[in-house]
Amino acid sequence: MGEDSESPKINHSFLRDYVTEADVISTVEFNQTGDLLATGDKGGRVVIFQRETESKGESEELGESGEYNVYSTFQSHEPDFDYLKSLEIEEKINKIRWLPQQNAAHFLLSTNDKTIKLWKVSERDKRPEGYNLKDEEGRIKDISTVTSLRVPVLKPTDLMVEVRPRRIFANGHTYHVNSISVNSDGETYLSADDLRINMWHLDITDRSFNIVDIKPANMEDLTEVITAAEFHPHHCQLFVYSSSKGTLRLCDMRESALCDKHSKIFEEPEDPGNRSFFSEIISSVSDVKFSHSGRYLLTRDYLTVKVWDLNMEKGPVETYQVHEYLRSKLCSLYENDCIFDKFECVWNSTDSVIMTGAYNSFFRMFDRETGRGVTLEAWRENSKPRAVLRTRRVYTGGRRRRGDVGVDSLDFTKKILHMAWHPAENIIAIATCNRVMQ
Amino acid sequence: MASIFVVSAERFIPLFPRLACQGVLLGCHPCFRLNMFSKGTKRKFSDGDEEISDESLVGARVASSYSLQRQSLLDMSLIKLQLCHMLVEPNLCRSVLIANTVRQIQEEMTHDGSWHMVAEAFCSAGQSPSERLVATEVLCRSREQDAEPKLFSVISYEGCREEEVVADETLCSVSVSDTVSNVCLAGRIGQCWEKSELSGVERDEEALEDSRLGSGEDEEIDTKDRASTESPKTIGQVFGTFEIKNGSPGPDSALEELFSDVDTSYYDLDTMLTGMQSAPKMGPYDILDSLAPSHSSPSIVSTPNCRSDLNELDHIMEIIVGS
Repeated sequence: MGEDSESPKINHSFLRDYVTEADVISTVEFNQTGDLLATGDKGGRVVIFQRETESKGESEELGESGEYNVYSTFQSHEPDFDYLKSLEIEEKINKIRWLPQQNAAHFLLSTNDKTIKLWKVSERDKRPEGYNLKDEEGRIKDISTVTSLRVPVLKPTDLMVEVRPRRIFANGHTYHVNSISVNSDGETYLSADDLRINMWHLDITDRSFNIVDIKPANMEDLTEVITAAEFHPHHCQLFVYSSSKGTLRLCDMRESALCDKHSKIFEEPEDPGNRSFFSEIISSVSDVKFSHSGRYLLTRDYLTVKVWDLNMEKGPVETYQVHEYLRSKLCSLYENDCIFDKFECVWNSTDSVIMTGAYNSFFRMFDRETGRGVTLEAWRENSKPRAVLRTRRVYTGGRRRRGDVGVDSLDFTKKILHMAWHPAENIIAIATCNRVMQ
Repeated sequence: MASIFVVSAERFIPLFPRLACQGVLLGCHPCFRLNMFSKGTKRKFSDGDEEISDESLVGARVASSYSLQRQSLLDMSLIKLQLCHMLVEPNLCRSVLIANTVRQIQEEMTHDGSWHMVAEAFCSAGQSPSERLVATEVLCRSREQDAEPKLFSVISYEGCREEEVVADETLCSVSVSDTVSNVCLAGRIGQCWEKSELSGVERDEEALEDSRLGSGEDEEIDTKDRASTESPKTIGQVFGTFEIKNGSPGPDSALEELFSDVDTSYYDLDTMLTGMQSAPKMGPYDILDSLAPSHSSPSIVSTPNCRSDLNELDHIMEIIVGS
């Protein structure tokens, strides 16, 4: 196990001894440089990690990079109550997206089911000292004690990270927000709920522009919902949204103000051989991501990840089986609701490798060039820093090797739903969460 | 515990060429629909009793096994939809997917001619399928005679709402006694289905015996006027097939009735799916309370043909429903 060295790089000393349901991480996101990693949890908190830059030469040789330590923690959303409907609004953070950095401060958007907030994360490491009229503690001095005048100077202090809410985008959504995506124009972003997509300007909080609305006139006719949406990384007029029926729609905002009519629809015809009552449920797309190049789309449905070429609508160009061995278990997965789990998928920095999560703390990586996939396990127990991640296998027939896990012994409560890949390097962040009783 | 796991992925990529081709996935055997259900669900298969004398029975068994499985899936789906009313707004995507599954099953049952199976059930009274399907503990079923009545629980949602008069004494007496013996907390919901089964049985029997279509002499629960929508919905087709007495309810009325709250002023799917209710939130057990007969007796009296056979049964039903 020693030839390769992978390493969990998070310093967890800040964690409390007991863990609660509120600590379950619900979203993970690197910023554009990869120096900052933000996580949101079910309790409405956001924790930002910062990469420690290592200047030592030896670490560069090993090809390893710095650790990520806690940079800031703040409470982003609080539990709320919708008095009109008599329903609670969860404070769980559904998505975090960083804005491109424009000055010394960092900005991120975080959203729960209903409200999106823009946060400014800034550092303060200096403070003015030497006021004439105030003493060190800030109390007003007695004038008679002032004998000379001086100019206050800035003195370095301990680093303080301040996080302040700068905008609150509220009351834009009737249904649950599932995605936010910052536009490449740097001024706008979209937020998508089950039935509508709104476009906001980052500076304007009391108005948003509805660009997609699939709510039927009669709710009884509702058969399809929006599951994810994203802006194109380079073309500010293009965005894509996925649906619960497994379709992707590419929309061009130049065509019309309301983009109910798509420019392109990406849909794979159903395989009649695999048809079952669960066909529709497992075709529901849980996540969609543009490639960094902007040429491809990556989608995740229950059993597969697919790569689509924007130029070809009739089907994906690549399909990877994530856990095909679950196909015969769909009925029991339907019973325990696991079939509705929403897994995320990510590209690596060069768009050559894609990654997604699975059950039993497994996650899968696929090399697009070779078409091969590998299963890895994310586990922290006894893992030393820079320990190798084990390659795992799920036993589905044939010769059983030692270490293979049987399909029936998979732990479906240990699911890897959220993950992020560093934008430039081969560093990945995976949220693992077990269900823990308080 | 919740944790973030950050690793360097560099070493993974060179690993790829070293992987055996088998890698992670071996070929999945073709899964036709029966296999789909063959793992993971809690079921009892009791093959021992039945003697297969006729080859055609094998085919019928396979078909009925599939329909049993389909039925249990349908029941499971409907329960999932019912239990959506929690404190937090239900997940709309999940609700829509479950609702679509329900529609798909009902559409298939219509096209499959489940009506045909129903007729069979009554013609061959002695037939008791050996394969039994107990989908979830919630339904708390353990009787073999469930096979046929189960088919009715789909279409007779109204039965959930009121006390129903039962037609076939032989069928129902067995059911009733077993229900009593199987009472458990979750099983109370099963009783809701129990009633709906029986009412369904009753209706169908009527249709068979009397050869009447939409006699219209009973007014079931249809206390609300539904404007039928033009688009032919599968639920409506199912209703049309079985010629339910309460005229032609709106195509989706069954689905809507199931979804809507006890408060009869909320009927549309919108209400259910968006969790918008003026009534206080119901827990799963409240559903049963709401099912207690809240309608006056005229609706019960409305089946004069069966009344004479049913006094004892009626009494038992009242006990179960807990009025």
